[in-house]
Amino acid sequence: MDLPFEVVDLGPADHVAEGETAPDFERPLVGAEFWEDRRLAELVGEAPVVLVFHPMDGAFPATYVWNEIRDRGWTDDATVLGCSISTPYEHETLLAEREIPDVRLFSDPANDVAETYGIAHDLDGMAGIEEPRPAVFVLDGERTVQYAWVATEWPDLPDYDAVETAIDGVARTA
Amino acid sequence: MPEPAITLYRLQACPFCERVVRLLQASGVPYRSRFVEPMHSDRDVVKRVAGVRTVPVLVDESTGVTMAESANIIEYLEATYGEGAAPSGAEPAVAEEGS
Repeated sequence: MDLPFEVVDLGPADHVAEGETAPDFERPLVGAEFWEDRRLAELVGEAPVVLVFHPMDGAFPATYVWNEIRDRGWTDDATVLGCSISTPYEHETLLAEREIPDVRLFSDPANDVAETYGIAHDLDGMAGIEEPRPAVFVLDGERTVQYAWVATEWPDLPDYDAVETAIDGVARTA
Repeated sequence: MPEPAITLYRLQACPFCERVVRLLQASGVPYRSRFVEPMHSDRDVVKRVAGVRTVPVLVDESTGVTMAESANIIEYLEATYGEGAAPSGAEPAVAEEGS
């Protein structure tokens, strides 16, 4: 973001890095019509997987990110998965309002997945609530991280072009 | 791990659904849960699968059975997986279940 002052510096995160295997996890995965417990490992395959950690549903960066992903049509080329601390009911609303029926969102209110990925973010002014830093991981069919971006400022938005390059790279080698 | 043959479409806190879950758990029959939304109009998936917008709906891929109404499902599960397989005790279906 281009602002005439410095935004909050989150510092570096000790996050899952490129070349590592993305940790597997099981959480309710919310689609346009229902949710069910699913493991990340079941979802990797021929298509590249884009795993997008986003602020809680309703926060403006969540809206921006999903609008952009929708407009860029990532679901045509990749399995696009989100993860936030919001409940399945809120995820259903997000999918409908952003008009992204082909995206599926993991619900992780306890923020354990973000902890596992090294991207937990304590929220100032919301006692007892933490959520993931904004982050994007592109995974190949072996669940290997081929691209990782984790916010070091708050707020921050992904480099969408770089993610698309990573999607193309995984698709070519698949 | 193989996918369970039985899929149960359910609504959180729906007593008719919990009744079926209780029997599935007691019988030790593997199943997976798919949760749908409270509004009937948002339940296109069960309409497509079973022709109704009520839950529970049970799909058993091992027998090809898809059915709605908890009393019918209970009867089916007891007959198919229950000890003694005695469906005679099942209650009649409730007209307005799974609201």
